Amino acid sequence: MPSYIKLPAYEIIKRIKAQELMAEDYIASLYERIKKVEKDIRAYITLTEDLALKKAREIDKKVKKREKTGRLCGVGIAIKDNICTRGIRTTCASHMLENFVPPYDATVISRIKDEDGVIMGKANMDEFAMGSSTEFSYFGPTHNPWDLERVPGGSSGGSAAAVASGMATLALGSDTGGSIRCPASFCSVVGLKPTYGLVSRFGLIAYANSLEQIGPITKDVRDCALLLSCIASHDPLDNTSVDRPQEDYTKYLIDDIDGMKLGVVKEFFGEGTQDYVEKGVLEAVTNLEELGTDHQEISLKNLQYALPSYYIIAMSEASSNLARYDGLRYGYRIPNKSYDWSTVYSKDRRFGFGFEVKRRIILGTFALSAGYYEEYYLKAQKIRTLIKRDFDIAFKKFDVLIGPTMPILPFKIGEKVQDPLEMYMCDVDSVPANLAGIPSISIPCGFSKGLPIGLQIMAPPFREDLLLRVAFSFQKNFPVSAKLRSYE
Amino acid sequence: MVERKKAISKEQIESIAWLARIEISKKELELFSRQLNDILFYFSKIDEVNTKSIPPSYHVLDLVNVLRKDEVKPSLSEDISQIAPQTKGKFVKAPRMA
Repeated sequence: MPSYIKLPAYEIIKRIKAQELMAEDYIASLYERIKKVEKDIRAYITLTEDLALKKAREIDKKVKKREKTGRLCGVGIAIKDNICTRGIRTTCASHMLENFVPPYDATVISRIKDEDGVIMGKANMDEFAMGSSTEFSYFGPTHNPWDLERVPGGSSGGSAAAVASGMATLALGSDTGGSIRCPASFCSVVGLKPTYGLVSRFGLIAYANSLEQIGPITKDVRDCALLLSCIASHDPLDNTSVDRPQEDYTKYLIDDIDGMKLGVVKEFFGEGTQDYVEKGVLEAVTNLEELGTDHQEISLKNLQYALPSYYIIAMSEASSNLARYDGLRYGYRIPNKSYDWSTVYSKDRRFGFGFEVKRRIILGTFALSAGYYEEYYLKAQKIRTLIKRDFDIAFKKFDVLIGPTMPILPFKIGEKVQDPLEMYMCDVDSVPANLAGIPSISIPCGFSKGLPIGLQIMAPPFREDLLLRVAFSFQKNFPVSAKLRSYE
Repeated sequence: MVERKKAISKEQIESIAWLARIEISKKELELFSRQLNDILFYFSKIDEVNTKSIPPSYHVLDLVNVLRKDEVKPSLSEDISQIAPQTKGKFVKAPRMA
């Protein structure tokens, strides 16, 4: 196996630009890798080998002619399958959209193409991004590259597993309540959920609009800053996209966090947090202290209500968003032609959606219905205000807040799939950032029993610079090294 | 063990599922009845919080009324009616009204 499969994107790009490596050879080697390990991991729903090799040859030509090339020059990227790609089917891991081929690109896809990134294929996920393990995919689960019997996390499990196992150098995921950070933590890669409004959601198939963001999943923090720089910019096609000047986030990769104040969030070490995880994260806190930071414990009292509030809001928004799937204009339609409109509609949705999606739509419809609206939906939105205020107060005292990304180590496939509530509990530490709209990153901070542990860092809105700086300093001084068996 | 009050009855689930236009089987109704009640029981934790004078946060940004200029732009070049599962010529075929 050529060694450059293990290399981060910035190294690949440097070599392609310097004509030391042909983009075509490198992309071909990624597909060789896919042929070898994909049967065990199942990170992809759709592969686009021919398109990718064609694009790679175009890039090689551009480089040879010394034409201007983009910042992602030739690098292979896996795209979560809820991000629309023109001419490439985009299924959302659902029977409902199994044959849906979007007639347009999401804005992030246009950006990646403009920067000469190469799309490897569409990555597996929980159906409509509803889940924390990638087991709720219509196409079957993805397996964790570190232990094939375990889940890769979710919902962007395919994206994270592809990066961790060398089947893509970069990936895009989406994060509604932890769906980038959870699989990043479980697969020992870097995942960043940007501030709400920083990255365009145009072309992201909606689950819960007020919470979700597209973000990078990468091998290291430098790649994370690079991919974020390429996708973060104002987009008039997304009304919630914030009009700010574009930034080069790689300039914040500074190995100096001396004097920074870290708040260790007490609620993130509550009941349900495994000892292995707590130990791993507290070790990381000690490491950060060695780099000159100060840390103190802080309690954000309303975080105990974050999980139920998150699920009420997300399900309510989902019930409204997913009403569009009628099986008429696109999507799954039952073959029988004799039924009336409402019957067709309700049968399309019975057979087109999986259990978890149906549970969430029904609960969301309930939470929004007359007589229950105030008790559930409105109340949850008020608690969201309280949680946001808790964060505002905490950030007056601390530069960043830290804790575990996930309360537990990656669990076995099938272990939680029968009990929805138990699955929801996995998101307890990741949903607060979505409710408050703040940026949050998960970086590898160690292993326990051979399984990855993720450190979560959160910052005030639009302070991705702080996240990257802390994450970069940590990774530079305390690199987590473990050998992926399937690599060798 | 005291049977806790059900937050949602089977009849309610059937009527909500119909509102959401999702046909559910008998087996699903049994399963959902148990699971949805467990979930709603867990959600009731938010009842502890006094939110009387707290305004809701429907979203986190201060953006209000984001508008763009009313200009004609090119539409999608492809014939998008062809992504519909049932078509007739350039038209999307819909079921009959009740």
